[in-house]
Parts: sequence; structure tokens; C-alpha cells
Amino acid sequence: MGTRHTLDARRQLCPLPVIRTQNKIRSLEKGDILEVVCTDPGALHDIPAWCRINGHKVVSTTTRGDEILITLEVGGE
Amino acid sequence: MDTRRKAVALISGGLDSMLAARLILDQGIHVEGINFYTGFCVEGHTHAIRRKDRDRPKRNNALWVAEKLGIKLHIIDVIEEYKDIVINPRHGYGANLNPCLDCKGFMVRKAREWMEENGFDFIITGEVIGQRPMSQRRDTMPVVARESGAGGLLLRPLSARLLPPTLPEEKGWVDRTRLLDLSGRTRKPQMALAERYGLHDYAQPAGGCCFLTNAQYSAKLADLWQARGRRDYELDDIMLLKVGRHLRPRPHFKLIIGREEGENNYLQGYRSQFTALRTVSHPGPLALLDGEAGPEDVELAARVVARYSQGRTAPRVEVEVTDPDGAHRILRVPPLPAAEIPQEWHI
Repeated sequence: MGTRHTLDARRQLCPLPVIRTQNKIRSLEKGDILEVVCTDPGALHDIPAWCRINGHKVVSTTTRGDEILITLEVGGE
Repeated sequence: MDTRRKAVALISGGLDSMLAARLILDQGIHVEGINFYTGFCVEGHTHAIRRKDRDRPKRNNALWVAEKLGIKLHIIDVIEEYKDIVINPRHGYGANLNPCLDCKGFMVRKAREWMEENGFDFIITGEVIGQRPMSQRRDTMPVVARESGAGGLLLRPLSARLLPPTLPEEKGWVDRTRLLDLSGRTRKPQMALAERYGLHDYAQPAGGCCFLTNAQYSAKLADLWQARGRRDYELDDIMLLKVGRHLRPRPHFKLIIGREEGENNYLQGYRSQFTALRTVSHPGPLALLDGEAGPEDVELAARVVARYSQGRTAPRVEVEVTDPDGAHRILRVPPLPAAEIPQEWHI
């Protein structure tokens, strides 16, 4: 099990949550877990799409009121 | 080890760049996409802000294209660097504040830098001769290649056979005979090609993805610059230009008035930066006051906001005025009659 990290992307509109996720993942290791907190519902579509394209795994997505929590596992080549 | 040649494709999310990338993938080239976020991209924002749009299916078209093509996509934040393109375009603006030629040169330059940093061989774009009035003309396309520094490493697969051969063609990395000779504004050949590739549900129209080509948006940006006495902006400024109705009752302040719940919620996030006004005796919008306003100005602002509340016909409406530091007070004001809100106030 990798290290857990969090990313606060609240109040950022897409594609910024995707960009922040992409940039954060660059500094992480394969197997690390990243929890991204967002408020733009577009992130529910965009972050999983970006993960599928780039080889990362979405572990879960949860909505709590206006906040969305997307948990990812970092993949690698 | 993968010994294939590698191309970086500018992916806007529209059909042309998708087809350009597909043509090169078909030649066995390794392609990865790059997409630039300038802050002016239309995509997503208004959907995210406006409550009525929240239930619509949402997607980022560049990501959708990349997934359809089976390629990686790198989304690059160019917000800061892009300011100079918007503020000081060497080649001027189009019909509005759209610096299309400078913008294309900038994006190809950034793609060239990315190509060099990541060991790629050439750049492809979905440009078509004659498609856009400013940046995609036979005489301006060489300007983009030259000023971006990409030179012969910039290949436009959709119009390649109408253009001089590029290095990837001369070196035999790419078979020129399998590239296209499209030109003009018609979209029919692209749509036919998409049909042949089985590509449906792609985003339309091509090129309509930037707020700077929108006359109303450009007017708001020009107003912002004029009011501040300088041509500059921060990301929050240009985001707020996408939200609400903007009225400038006096040269030294303007109001941004939410048009529905989603916009009110979005504006709520800026209360620590602006004086905020909200009707409390009647349901109504949240408004932000941008600029310097004295007591008379604040009262006028409250009357304007009351006008857009459900108390517009009431003799008086209570408006809560909250300063950025949280200090607040209630004003009881008569809503301004519609006839007293001149059209010139609307930006």
C-alpha cells in the first residue's frame, strides 16, 4: 500500500482540478493513493477520464453535499 | 524499446485536431496530445457555475478526443504566460479581443518546448488553410511555423498536400501521399472523414472554444481594463467576467449580479474580496461590487440589486451590505425603476 496524499481543488473549475491532479501525480510513486477534493461536478467526469487515459486507477468517488471526493491510485509505466 | 517516431498533437477538443492526430496514428507514429488551459476556455465553466446546467452531461472534449484516439493527453496551465498574448498581441486582435494569430504561435511554441523536453520528433495541428480568418490562412500559417520556432517540424496533416513538404515528410517519417489537401471553411470533408473513422458525438463547432471570440465577453474585458486604467488581469477577474450580469452605474464601480442560484453560489466564494449585496426582505440575487464606492454609490448599488429581486415592485427592499472584512449593515431602499437603469450601464 502506497502513501496517502490529499489535494484540495475546491472552488476550482475544470480543467484546473485535472491539471492540479496531473501535476501532483508527477511527484508521487506508483501505488500511492491521492484523494482529490473538488466542488466542480465536471471533475467527476474529467478526473476519471484523465486517469483512464494516463494509466491511473480511480478507487472511489463520493459526493458529500457540494463536495466531491475522488480517490485515485497512481499507476505507472 | 519503442523506436517509432513520436509526434505531439495539439488537441483542442474539436474535430480537426482529432482527425489530424488520427491520420498520423494511422501511419504508425506514436502520438501524445497536448492541450493548453488559458483561462479563456469556454469548456466546462458555465456548466459548472450555472445551476440549470448542472444536470447536463459534462465532459472535457480534449479528454474525450484523447480517449477516443487511445492517446495520452497532457493539459498544461498557461494562464500566466498567456496574459502577454492577450494584452500585447504583436499581430493584433480579430473581430473582438481574440489574438488568434499570436495565440496559435504561442501554443505551437509551447508544444515545441514540450517536444524538446520530452524527446518527441515533430508537432501536428488540425489547422486547415482558409478555415479561420486570422490564424489559418495560407499567408499566416508560415508565420506560426516561423515565430513558434517549430519551422519544418510543424506538420498540418489536413492541409499538408497544399503546403510545402515539412521535415517529417522529407525524412520519410510520414508518407505525404496519405495526408490530405483540405482547404476552406466547409466542414463537409472533415465530417465525412469522421464518419469513415466511425467518430460520432464530437464537439462542434471547431474554433468556438475561446471566450475572447465572444463580443459580449470582450466588451467586459475591455471595460475592466478601462476602469482600472491598465491592461492586466488575474484569473479571478476573467472567471468573474463569465458570471452574472455586469452593470457599471458609475465609472468607478460596477456590479456583478447573479442571475440564478448557481451563479449566486459561485459569487459567494468571492465575498472576502468584494463588498457583497444581498436582498434579505425578498428573495433576490447576490451581487458583488467591484471598485471604489462611497455611501451614495453603495445606496445606488443596493437599489439596483433590489430591482433584480422579487421585491422589485415593493416600496422598499432590505439589502444587506457586507464588506470584505465581514462588517455588515442593512439598507432599506426603494428598488430602482427599470426605466432608470440606462442600457449603457449594461456591459
